Amino acid sequence: MTDTTAQQDSPPGAVALLILSAVGAFLALMATGLSPDPLFRLEGWVFTFAALASAAALTVGVANGRYQADPGRYEDGVIRAGAIATVFWAIVGMLVGVVIALQLAWPRIFYFPEAGWLNFGRLRPLHTSGVIFAFGGNALIATSFYVVQRTCRARLAGGMAGWFVFWGYQLFIVMAAVGYLAGITEGREYAEPEWFVDLWLTIVWVVYLLVFLGTLWKRKEPHIYVANWFYLAFIVTVALLHIVNNLSLPVSLLGAKSYSLFAGVQDALTQWWYGHNAVGFFLTAGFLAIMYYFVPKRAKKPVYSYRLSIVHFWSLIFIYIWAGPHHLHYTALPQWAQTLGMTFSIMLWMPSWGGMINGLMTLSGAWDKLRTDPVLRMMAVAVGFYGMSTFEGPLMSIRAVNALSHYTDWTIGHVHSGALGWVGFISFGAIYCLVPWLWKKDRLYSNALVEWHFWIATLGLLLYIAAMWVSGIGEGLLWREYTPQGFLANSFVETVSAKHIANIIRALGGLMYLSGALIMAYNIYRTIRQPAPAVLPAASGPIVAAAA
Amino acid sequence: MWKNHSKLERHSLLLVLGILLVVSVGGLVEIAPLFFLESTIEKVKGVRPYTPLEQAGRDIYVREGCYVCHSQMIRPLRDEVERYGPYSLAAESMYDHPFQWGSKRTGPDLARVGGKYSDAWHVQHLVDPRSVVPESLMPPYAFLADKDLKTEDIEARLRTLTRVGVPYTETALKNARADLEAQVDPTASGASLARYYGDKVNRRDFDGDPDRLTEMDALVAYLQMLGTLVDFRTYEADAPENLR
Repeated sequence: MTDTTAQQDSPPGAVALLILSAVGAFLALMATGLSPDPLFRLEGWVFTFAALASAAALTVGVANGRYQADPGRYEDGVIRAGAIATVFWAIVGMLVGVVIALQLAWPRIFYFPEAGWLNFGRLRPLHTSGVIFAFGGNALIATSFYVVQRTCRARLAGGMAGWFVFWGYQLFIVMAAVGYLAGITEGREYAEPEWFVDLWLTIVWVVYLLVFLGTLWKRKEPHIYVANWFYLAFIVTVALLHIVNNLSLPVSLLGAKSYSLFAGVQDALTQWWYGHNAVGFFLTAGFLAIMYYFVPKRAKKPVYSYRLSIVHFWSLIFIYIWAGPHHLHYTALPQWAQTLGMTFSIMLWMPSWGGMINGLMTLSGAWDKLRTDPVLRMMAVAVGFYGMSTFEGPLMSIRAVNALSHYTDWTIGHVHSGALGWVGFISFGAIYCLVPWLWKKDRLYSNALVEWHFWIATLGLLLYIAAMWVSGIGEGLLWREYTPQGFLANSFVETVSAKHIANIIRALGGLMYLSGALIMAYNIYRTIRQPAPAVLPAASGPIVAAAA
Repeated sequence: MWKNHSKLERHSLLLVLGILLVVSVGGLVEIAPLFFLESTIEKVKGVRPYTPLEQAGRDIYVREGCYVCHSQMIRPLRDEVERYGPYSLAAESMYDHPFQWGSKRTGPDLARVGGKYSDAWHVQHLVDPRSVVPESLMPPYAFLADKDLKTEDIEARLRTLTRVGVPYTETALKNARADLEAQVDPTASGASLARYYGDKVNRRDFDGDPDRLTEMDALVAYLQMLGTLVDFRTYEADAPENLR
């Protein structure tokens, strides 16, 4: 193919994206120039710079006749980028987590009076969003693009749209992160970005849904594979949750600040309907999709039960949506709503364990591989942690238990057993599988390093959870302790200092988990740099070969 | 039954429709009624919209992420009521956009912190928390005392709040900036402030620096009114209209 024909062949999507980037840069520059709000201008510059960079890159690419799509092959470039982004954001998100853990362990050392933007209140959303949306989100987008192509035997739909989703999502992350540090926040947990960042994410997310659906429409398999049900439920429901929970009215179209459409008790339930289902659909359904593709693939065994998949899929997504009010036990939320939330949270135990059983039993006949394959072991332990947290969750949603656990570190421990144990490990497992497949290597650089990652992360995780159980249940009991004379036994600050050792152990556990991620990054880097093997592994082949 | 499921597995739009139907039920049953059932929010005397200065302070509270460590929701449990005061009512946060009930108590609950400590204590504690509470884990907020409060857009902010349901009157909106400045100036006539927000509004210089109107003024003004609006000596928890 000569250069001239290549230029003529530049896909219309690339040109359209180039025009959109240029228009976006112009509009963002106008908004930045006209805005009286310095915070809004800061975000405006971020957006302008990103749109300009995109326009420049696309101009060079289109001029040189890049972006030639071979419809006979899978679109893997965007997945490779996604895998790298996943590892990158994992390290960033966890590093911020370690920093804020150190702030709670040694506040005299790790706070800087001159730098208010490094205070706990600003860094904590950076940590939670960094881990959930940047690390988790990139893992989900990358794996979903991989899985949907392989299970449909079709190239990713929409041409350049997949790349728009990838870079648009990174821009969302950067704008959210810059905003948190600068003090731009809606003050809603796990939904802190302000209205304009929310709008941008909505655009990216709708394109994501269309790319995913478009690939399903092109499929050469009659059936939609079970992993794709979960991805679809994750994408559709997160769109619904995101839009409803972020309904807010900006003070000015050229300003960062907005006020939530809802107030008080209604706002609280909307937020926790969102918050709990960010757990249910982002951190559960999406990662169950990863489990349903990567565990059977790695173990070379079929999914344990098709019927169990159906039952647990529909019951999981039906019941999860109800569970939000368990975050509001004993609050000013009407009791009927609390009781509904508690009831469904307890029922949720069953579909959750249905998923766990389906994942673990897929290993039957392949249990011996847990001894030799640390990647498969990591994913099996992830499913185990999924089972553990989905048992602990319903327990904590019982009103009487919640009276003790709410507002304490126990909740933090519970979240981390889910986030580090389940979400983290299943993502690491998927990345360890994906990287050799995507870069056409026959194996990882070092299995021994995966062993190191596995053990240091598992031990760190156990230290973290145990420390939070001790400090959480401990402070819950200290708050309600009475003297024989019937007075409260402890002042609040005594219960704070009682947690000092637990806070140090927590920071240590987090540091160990982060070290594991750094070991992974090195291993992945060396894997990519390996020389190509003589025989290509089957998974990286063209679509036709995969069909054979 | 299992055969019928294959229809959903073959038609992606049917699958999307099924997912949407199934995930909509819970939200509709649980959340929608809260907007219609009158018993959701008690009718209590004393609850009023925030004064312009208090709202400005609340915006700073939100901006700094105070809610990640401090709750504003006292539960009806013996130890909480004894430690923090009467349990929180839904009415007390009915003008809170967004709500700040919080989910974690790394620090104590603040729902009724108003009037418990002096302004000077709050300022000192915000500037250097460990100078008054040696074991505290709270970050320092000294920069608030150096930062002039932005007042130009307070009317626009309150107007936006009116659009989402907070009942500021048109004249109160017009007067917002003057009212904001009057609240930190003990020599100004507080008549306008009293007309719109009642005569119990705290009027004084809050940050110990009468020459400047700082973010510290606004935040302390907000903290000092938290939980003080309802008079619990006259509130009857067992009255039929308050039972839910």
